[in-house]
Amino acid sequence: MSAPDSSFLAPPAGSQVRAVHDEFHGDLLEVSMGPHHPSTHGVFRMIVTLDGETIVKLKPVFGYLHRNHEKLGENTSYLASMPYTDRLDYLNSMTNNWAYALAVERLAGLAVPARAEYLRVILAELTRLLNHSCLAGFLLQDCGCSGTPLMYAFREREKILDLFESLSGSRMMCNFQRFGGCRVDPSADWLAGVQQLTDGYGAFLDEFEALLTGNEIFMARTQGVGRLAAPLAISAGVTGPVLRASGVAHDLRKVDGYGAYPQFDFRVPLGDHGDTYDRYMVRILEMRESIQILRQALARLPDGPIMDPKAKLRGFRPKAGEAYGRIEGPKGEIGFYLISDGSPNPYRYRVRPPSFINLTILEDLCLGHTVADAVIILGSVDIVLGEVDR
Amino acid sequence: MSDAALPPDSAAAPAATPASEPITPAQRDDLRRQGILLTSIEELYNWGRSHSVWPLNFGLACCAIEMIAASMARFDIARFGSEVFRPSPRQADLLIVSGTVTKKMAPQVIRLWNQMPEPKYCIAMGACAISGGPFKQGYNVLKGIDRFIPVDIFIPGCPPRPEALLHGLVQLQAKIRGQPLTGPDAPRHLRSDVECNCPIPEFGAHDLVPTQNPTVWQPPQPIVRPDKA
Repeated sequence: MSAPDSSFLAPPAGSQVRAVHDEFHGDLLEVSMGPHHPSTHGVFRMIVTLDGETIVKLKPVFGYLHRNHEKLGENTSYLASMPYTDRLDYLNSMTNNWAYALAVERLAGLAVPARAEYLRVILAELTRLLNHSCLAGFLLQDCGCSGTPLMYAFREREKILDLFESLSGSRMMCNFQRFGGCRVDPSADWLAGVQQLTDGYGAFLDEFEALLTGNEIFMARTQGVGRLAAPLAISAGVTGPVLRASGVAHDLRKVDGYGAYPQFDFRVPLGDHGDTYDRYMVRILEMRESIQILRQALARLPDGPIMDPKAKLRGFRPKAGEAYGRIEGPKGEIGFYLISDGSPNPYRYRVRPPSFINLTILEDLCLGHTVADAVIILGSVDIVLGEVDR
Repeated sequence: MSDAALPPDSAAAPAATPASEPITPAQRDDLRRQGILLTSIEELYNWGRSHSVWPLNFGLACCAIEMIAASMARFDIARFGSEVFRPSPRQADLLIVSGTVTKKMAPQVIRLWNQMPEPKYCIAMGACAISGGPFKQGYNVLKGIDRFIPVDIFIPGCPPRPEALLHGLVQLQAKIRGQPLTGPDAPRHLRSDVECNCPIPEFGAHDLVPTQNPTVWQPPQPIVRPDKA
């Protein structure tokens, strides 16, 4: 056997990796996890180098779901790209729609009526509830708690999807936002349904937390696992709950104050340790804040039009220029960067995907942990491969 | 009742009359009402395996979320005997191609199909798996998984609702129950003249090579107008 290349064995500064004793060099094992692996949340592949059961190197392999969104966006009209944004992060179509609509509205200089802004907030917060519930369910599934939490989470997801379906006609691919407003004005029955869901969601969270948050096994599996230091998170461009779990107060709803968010009173939960448990906990607390936002938005929903009367759906050609629209999606900063040359199609259509950029720190989180921990660390980063590979 | 008892060559003889049914369906129902179950091995075998179709725990894209939703409390795929999602292809009967198959992923999907033991079935779930769907114009998306592996059930939708997946599963069960165990229509695993494995494409200079599996898919014949012929 030839001498193994030991250059990568040197532990990165600050990591918990032990230097491997010379006589064990031949025992390093390379394991390919994925692209078909039940816990990789889609078609994602990790090439893990193991010393015993400890990860000494992790190489992520992307591209198994590369559906050329950005190239398709250059060849379709502005409005026809809206359904494609649904399929980026297919759990959160409403927030993807909003980020794209915001970018085009900035490009074309469209105003959005107050009722539509409130409606967008309501739908975005429902999406956040949906995403975080499902994430907690999937994370617990990855921990080995097979079935039950995911069943609870999907029970609530179905309730939210019923509302989405009755409003937009589709469960997952809502295609709801338009440039300068929203597609449909909700009925009073629909708003009553949202009110009912909002009133009941706290009880679900209490039940969910009673099962999980104080659970000794869950705490043992997640506390201190996959610590992300705030400087690394900032320099890697991590956003969303993963960043806030590391204690960095950065929430675009507060920083940018887009839409109607400045009119609402809510807090931004922050973590202390940046470990997997904090990432779980930050999401649970964010859901409780989302319920507060939903209550306020429903109570103060103004009357009026839902579309800017100047907005044109057909023959839409914004002036030449460029714009970047970003919002705080459930996974982080989802942004769209558009360059227009005055034609019906964008000249350049770029997606800033939160999951992809959050995934770049995966190796740093996993080094020194075991394979089973890598699975739950990946689960806590919350990726959707449609958005990672685009 | 089937002609399972007959030797295979007698069925092919031109003068052979269809085997006379020893018992009519009405008579059999009469017997069932009196608690006597009269059946054939074929019927019993197909009945059993049609109600324990174990899918592969394999999600590709958006449709995978609806596949998971179908296995959750509201839709409850367990009612149809298919709640046991197996992570290993060696233990699975059903490959649900739930989402977009890209050119990078296609070799792995076909390898998974080859690794599954017979009898095995394939459901193409969603527009992408059937034809490429909304991404068909793109450079990296397969224009239908049926070009590479034999697909039993196609479920249209983007994504299909969980009810549609359940309907597809019920259709697959009906298909399994209708499979004769002998004769020219017997399933692949009971015949020696059919190749079960599909060739795994490699990524060539421009596209996957081969671009299709000619035993399961042929390009459609061009339509020629009679006056232009």
